[in-house]
Amino acid sequence: MTATLRAEGVSKSFGGLQALADCSLTAQAGRITGLIGPNGSGKTTLFNAITGYERIDSGQVYLDEQRITGASPQRVFSLGVGRTFQLTRIFPRLTVLENMLVPANRGRSTREHRERAMDLLAFTGIASHARALAGTLSYGQRKLLELAYVLVADPAVVLLDEPAGGVNPSLIHHITDRIRELNAAGRTFLIVEHNMEFVMGLCHQVTVLDSGSVVASGPPEVIRTDPRVLDAYLGTEADDA
Amino acid sequence: MANEALVVDSITAGYGGGDVLHDVSFSVPAGQITCIVGPNGAGKSTLLAVISGILKPRSGQVLHRGERLSGKSPREVLRAGVVQVPQNHSLFPDMTVAENIELGGYTLRSRALVASRRATVEGLFPDIGKWEKKKAGSLSGGQQRLVEFARCLMLDPAVIILDEPSMGLAPKILSGVFAAVKEMNAQGKTVLLVEQNARAGLRIAGRGVVLENGRVRLTGTGTEVLEHPEIGMLYLGGSSGTRNHHGPTA
Repeated sequence: MTATLRAEGVSKSFGGLQALADCSLTAQAGRITGLIGPNGSGKTTLFNAITGYERIDSGQVYLDEQRITGASPQRVFSLGVGRTFQLTRIFPRLTVLENMLVPANRGRSTREHRERAMDLLAFTGIASHARALAGTLSYGQRKLLELAYVLVADPAVVLLDEPAGGVNPSLIHHITDRIRELNAAGRTFLIVEHNMEFVMGLCHQVTVLDSGSVVASGPPEVIRTDPRVLDAYLGTEADDA
Repeated sequence: MANEALVVDSITAGYGGGDVLHDVSFSVPAGQITCIVGPNGAGKSTLLAVISGILKPRSGQVLHRGERLSGKSPREVLRAGVVQVPQNHSLFPDMTVAENIELGGYTLRSRALVASRRATVEGLFPDIGKWEKKKAGSLSGGQQRLVEFARCLMLDPAVIILDEPSMGLAPKILSGVFAAVKEMNAQGKTVLLVEQNARAGLRIAGRGVVLENGRVRLTGTGTEVLEHPEIGMLYLGGSSGTRNHHGPTA
């Protein structure tokens, strides 16, 4: 129930804009890998490329030894790669529990489905909201619902797009603990996040994107002091301003 | 205090349940460029919303030449001479450059004043005269930024607030935009600049302020802040969160 997810030499352009240029990234089986970079550096595009939401111009994506380049989002998901989105995608007018049952046999949920859904809601800490409309959840609780939702299919690899963004500090700790527990059981994580304390405290390995290129990869303590990473975040000076 | 164009004094502000800014204090010296930098989520946009009167602070005050700005409506803040150029894409793309610039003078009653201000602005940025009949949306990103500057100059502001003018611009274009910022400053305008490109922004700034997690973490001259050994930690984590900070240096 674990796997390595690998992108090799992935490139993608939108019109004249090169969003990704020869990007390689490995989310090692059983590890938590962070993907960081300034605004507009290509993090979400790379996520989309890996999970089939975006066609890539060149390069390959592998799940263990299986090539999944160009596979549809449904196919990638069914192979065991689950993901969340930066802006949560829940059904606001369904209850929290109903949201959890959407992936189960297109609505024909069994008692096992419901039990598993409730277990996952308990695990993420929002079981008491099971009967509430999802639209009434706080932003942080929506993130937890998305995490629970992704776990329904029991994916080997979980991609999280800004799990801590806009979430209050006490819920961030809760999310960190849940990710650690899931990871301790072997699950692979790839996480895009701007909150550096969160990333540096949680991830085993961090890859840094800047303007669509990978500028560094390594353990957090190395990434933190890498001058190329600092350049990415502090910017480069105008030519002769 | 006499030479402070803006004093931000112990501002705490936020939306809904939580505070985004915690006891933020710094000052903007008159006639200089002050640059605020900080990682995503530091509270830079919230701070500008407070200064422009869009968001009421929970406590603290903003002073402009000794006069209290906080509590005023955005329109009154404009009238006091504090004008903000918003982040990116704030022109009406289907209107001409000339129409966009004249809209900057929307609150002015006198046609003659609008005309004379336009002449002044085009004297400062001569290129703009060449584009005036073009639709604003057809200009390049750097050109649009200049038109936005020109539009804000129509009110002859004392303080110009620029929200991330480098956003989305290639380094080559950036130098032209920053040259225009320096030019407005040379004409006597106080500039408060918020920049994601910290190095480029701090390099042209007399005063630098680093905001992180809703607090002022570092202040100093632009160069001091730029070369401060802790600036990297503030962006990449590892900060203790209990660092001393300087209040307004009056």
